[in-house]
Amino acid sequence: MPTDGVNKGRRRFLVATTSVVGAVGAGFAAVPFIQSWNPSAKAQAVGAPVQVYVGALEPGQLLKVQWRGQTIGILRRTEETLALLPENDPQLRDPQSLESEQPSFAQNEGRALDEKFLVVNMHCTHLGCVPQAIPQVGPQPFEENWRGGFFCPCHKSKFDMAGRVYKGVPAPTNLRIPPYSYIEDETLLIGVNPEGVA
Amino acid sequence: MAKPASTLAKRADELLNWFDKRLPVSAFWKATMTGYYAPKNFNFWYYMGSLALLVLVMQILTGIFLTMHYKPSAEEAFASVEYIMRDVDWGWLIRYMHSTGASFFFILVYLHMFRSLLYGSHQKPRELLWVFGVLIYLALMAEAFMGYVLPWGQMSYWGAQVIINLFGAIPSIGEPLTEWIRGDYFISDATLNRFFALHVIALPLVLLGLVLMHLVALRENGSNNPDGIEIKANKGEDGHPVDGIPFHPYYTVKDIFGVSMFLLVFAFILFFWPEAGGLFLEHDNFVPANPLATPEHIKPVWYFTPYYAILKAVPDKLMGVILMGCSVMVLFFLPWLDRSPVKSIRYRGMWYKILVFMFAIAFVRLGMLGMAAGTPAETIEMRIWTFVYFAFFILLFFLSPKGKTKPVPDRLTH
Repeated sequence: MPTDGVNKGRRRFLVATTSVVGAVGAGFAAVPFIQSWNPSAKAQAVGAPVQVYVGALEPGQLLKVQWRGQTIGILRRTEETLALLPENDPQLRDPQSLESEQPSFAQNEGRALDEKFLVVNMHCTHLGCVPQAIPQVGPQPFEENWRGGFFCPCHKSKFDMAGRVYKGVPAPTNLRIPPYSYIEDETLLIGVNPEGVA
Repeated sequence: MAKPASTLAKRADELLNWFDKRLPVSAFWKATMTGYYAPKNFNFWYYMGSLALLVLVMQILTGIFLTMHYKPSAEEAFASVEYIMRDVDWGWLIRYMHSTGASFFFILVYLHMFRSLLYGSHQKPRELLWVFGVLIYLALMAEAFMGYVLPWGQMSYWGAQVIINLFGAIPSIGEPLTEWIRGDYFISDATLNRFFALHVIALPLVLLGLVLMHLVALRENGSNNPDGIEIKANKGEDGHPVDGIPFHPYYTVKDIFGVSMFLLVFAFILFFWPEAGGLFLEHDNFVPANPLATPEHIKPVWYFTPYYAILKAVPDKLMGVILMGCSVMVLFFLPWLDRSPVKSIRYRGMWYKILVFMFAIAFVRLGMLGMAAGTPAETIEMRIWTFVYFAFFILLFFLSPKGKTKPVPDRLTH
């Protein structure tokens, strides 16, 4: 490159401005490609509430349904396990569900509208596996003093019968409670909260 | 040598000349092969690089043929893989070559990296060579992970679920980020389709580019060797290193021997033990993906299990993910953590032998524990070996400048 009679300041200016304009252009051009990875309009549309009849559930029985691709568990709890819930509190990370995700009506000991039925997003809050529901009270291979609850096979997180996480396991918060409401005595609508509830 | 060159040989010479005037064929061959002098004392460990290159070529070839029959949709993926295995002529062979090849790729790469620890091949002036190597390793992990999702079996599905959710541990941007990666609110057709695109075109291109840079950086300084002595420091009258021999024919022939031995072992596994008892292809992956049920015992393929064990060892989501990330990222810094004036383990003191030995044990044990069911005793052991894994790098940094060394000879030994 000949350098005689060159205005170096002007050359630097031109190189710098061209680079900046080029970089900004490249940035804008990248946006459509990045945005194309977002959930598509079709994926967003498939999210309608799910209606479930729970009247046929036996005590201790679990029913799994899918809502927005998530596995939602509906567990009919026995009086015995409900009575054991407050005893778990000292061993739980978030017994009052202060840091966990649930509709306001479920921020109670049983984490439910009607204590009898636990409606819970089954995906572990650690890395999203679906824990096994083990409602029986009694020793288990992973826990001598098991009082019923959920056990995640992926990374050994444990939750009680209200989906509340035990201390000392990788899951950070309680299992999520999805929005739901009763449209009849024994029919649930998953995806919609009762009126007036956030 | 026969004197009169046949007309055919003359024709061939003319043809080569024609090309050389237009494309530097001979010059390239000389610069990288016949005129490239490599240390004469390469041993077993020096097979791994060329073999990894062979497997890369094999993966690309078998991969191309698999895409001709595979269907990247959640509805059809599982069935199309079974179709390849049962109905496509020789499809089972091509598929097993690809799946077994993936595991062998990692075996070779791990041995190749371990060779660096033994002989200090990451040290000055080969830092960038090492860094490109680690980048290849990272790209390979992404490639292998996405490839494992494609058959859309139970392990594909739940493995993807766990790995993508690792990004969810990042505060505030975690959740939207996982949604962006999946392209949906759960692992779905959209996820599978984009992983297919990344697996068959984007990452292979990245891998090939990185391998090219790795080789260019290698040819710049030449290979290290088991003695860790720079052969270029001692050149003969002809200008070539006295302890060097031309890469071609000497090492091409050696590598061809290595290739034959490797293919013998590879073919044996391929034909008689392609799933390696659930190590290379897990049993649960022969069950179609079911978003409603996680398999009882979920674990990644063997080559990820050391890192998986580190993740499991930490009873906190974010910390576990951070520690696991660190365990891979720390590899980038190895050339600057190892400050020893001596390269090869042969001339380093006992301290280095113990460190490398402990590190190797930790890596293997973590790999085994990563596959295990996870009893409380195993969790404690995982924590111990995680500690050893990181202690290696920390101790290396502090011990290497002062650690005992032996005098290094001027010339290669045998």
